[in-house]
Amino acid sequence: MGRRVAIVGTGHSKFGVRNDVNIPELAYEAIRQALDEAGIEKKDIDLVVTGYVGGWSSEGLAPVVVMEYAGLTGKPAYRIEAACATGSAAIKTAHDAVAAGEADIALVVGVEKMNESPTPTVVEFIGRAGNYFWEFENFGLTFPGYYALYATAYMQKHGATEEDLCKVAVKNHYYASFNPKAQFPRQITLEQCLKSRYIAWPLKLFDCSPITDGAAAIVIASEEIAEKLTDSPVWIEAIGVSSGTSNLSRRPYFTNLPAAKIAAQAAYKKAGIDPENPVKYLDLAEVHDCFTIAEIMAYEDLGFAKPGEGYKLIREEQTYIGGVIPVNLSGGLKAKGHPLAATGISMAVDLTRQLQGRVEKGRQAEIKHGRALAHNIGGTGHYAYVTIYSLSKPRSA
Amino acid sequence: MSTQREQADLFLAQVEQFANTMKESVGIPVIMDQKTGVRMWWDQREIKLKFLISIEKTFKFFEALAEGKLLATKCKKSGKIYFPPQIDCPEDPSDEAEWVELPKEGELITWTVIYTKPYSFGHYPDYTVGIARLTNGVQVLAWVRETDPSKLKVGMPVKIEIVRRQPENYLTYEIVPVTEKQ
Repeated sequence: MGRRVAIVGTGHSKFGVRNDVNIPELAYEAIRQALDEAGIEKKDIDLVVTGYVGGWSSEGLAPVVVMEYAGLTGKPAYRIEAACATGSAAIKTAHDAVAAGEADIALVVGVEKMNESPTPTVVEFIGRAGNYFWEFENFGLTFPGYYALYATAYMQKHGATEEDLCKVAVKNHYYASFNPKAQFPRQITLEQCLKSRYIAWPLKLFDCSPITDGAAAIVIASEEIAEKLTDSPVWIEAIGVSSGTSNLSRRPYFTNLPAAKIAAQAAYKKAGIDPENPVKYLDLAEVHDCFTIAEIMAYEDLGFAKPGEGYKLIREEQTYIGGVIPVNLSGGLKAKGHPLAATGISMAVDLTRQLQGRVEKGRQAEIKHGRALAHNIGGTGHYAYVTIYSLSKPRSA
Repeated sequence: MSTQREQADLFLAQVEQFANTMKESVGIPVIMDQKTGVRMWWDQREIKLKFLISIEKTFKFFEALAEGKLLATKCKKSGKIYFPPQIDCPEDPSDEAEWVELPKEGELITWTVIYTKPYSFGHYPDYTVGIARLTNGVQVLAWVRETDPSKLKVGMPVKIEIVRRQPENYLTYEIVPVTEKQ
């Protein structure tokens, strides 16, 4: 099954509108920090995997531009893309290379500069993230629109309200207020959210994640190297992956994401987590809240709530610290920001720091089980990655 | 009131004008971020993206629109219907697909009204996108001819109509709510 793999260094840029830096400068903010934390030199790196979606930004071959700037030219390199799950796909790719013995130390970078294009162009590019010819060309779906199709069906079937959706936004902004790296490090009220304008009915401005520039990086290493580099490696215990149809019309239902369920089941099985009661094994989770409805569906797809009861979890504030399971203590995509390719790696960075007990006061989870979960969705359930990070060395690689 | 596309074009024209002024005075197309004052380069290159997409193998679908029909493909052995139509049967390579007409009646299973639009849809008024489940179980995603959210419900009866999309003036299909009067 290969070798055990651990995270030994993390780096994270400030997320937001980063007109003060270009693509390689932004990426290097995260790379420099990750290499510094890992205590390694560039010569120690065997492989560089870069996540980058692009289209809205100027550099077509961002990975080599970033690597040249960072002094990493010559290393084996490739670019990974899986829409909004690009970051997790990059981690999985690098993880597999280290597990297989192809590399001992790998650098995983995710960078996105979405604000290089005007908003309507960015809306256009993300709207094309599905089936272009049959669902965009004639009907102009937007990304909020795709998830709104789920929100409409979910609310009508289960009786969830726009207020329930806004409660997710209020929670995630609350935790972002303690995270200086967040795009919106400030609290919002329920009224502010409810009064915000509609973007794609029934989703409003405050139900949506923003257009973000940002970078995140991790250094991963094989068991032998990881234990030499640090006393507190965070192990990549399990990664579950699945995919969904490109055409939304071919989905069997619009109240959950089947790909996320399959990915979660695969990750739980490998990590020995009871899929009926995963919260008993986890201290916290970062879930893909590109829109508030997505976080509510994630509760159900991950087994944190029974089918049809996800909205009750937020209504009862069970995903705050002290609840059944704290979710998105970084602020989530909603308030921390969502630079597509950086998002999955940002989740890994934040969960590593959470497990090591070193995030800011006010958003630090209580670490009892030593395990955390990342749920990273590409498109509208087109790709799904569920990753379990652990302080204890996994039973098997 | 101007359309979202006009607003977007106006914004870019203003940036362009500012950059041209800067080229005259300091020799480079520099733009100042209005919030932070940081400086950005106004790209001097521009591309137009417009694709040529093959419809050779699915041309029957487009021909049928002119006859007021919505077609799908059906795999002869498995009986599975594909919409959007595809000419291959992925479940059984020995199976063969044939063209079948879809029923026009169905129910609305979900919908959204798009207010913030992609650039290439910025010239339209707000539009509704929905998914109808037809009487044979096949699902079709299309515009819904109703933009007032209070008049739409999951499960309401709808029918498919072949329409000419304006202002482009090409054939496509639309979901139309069936009211009691009809």
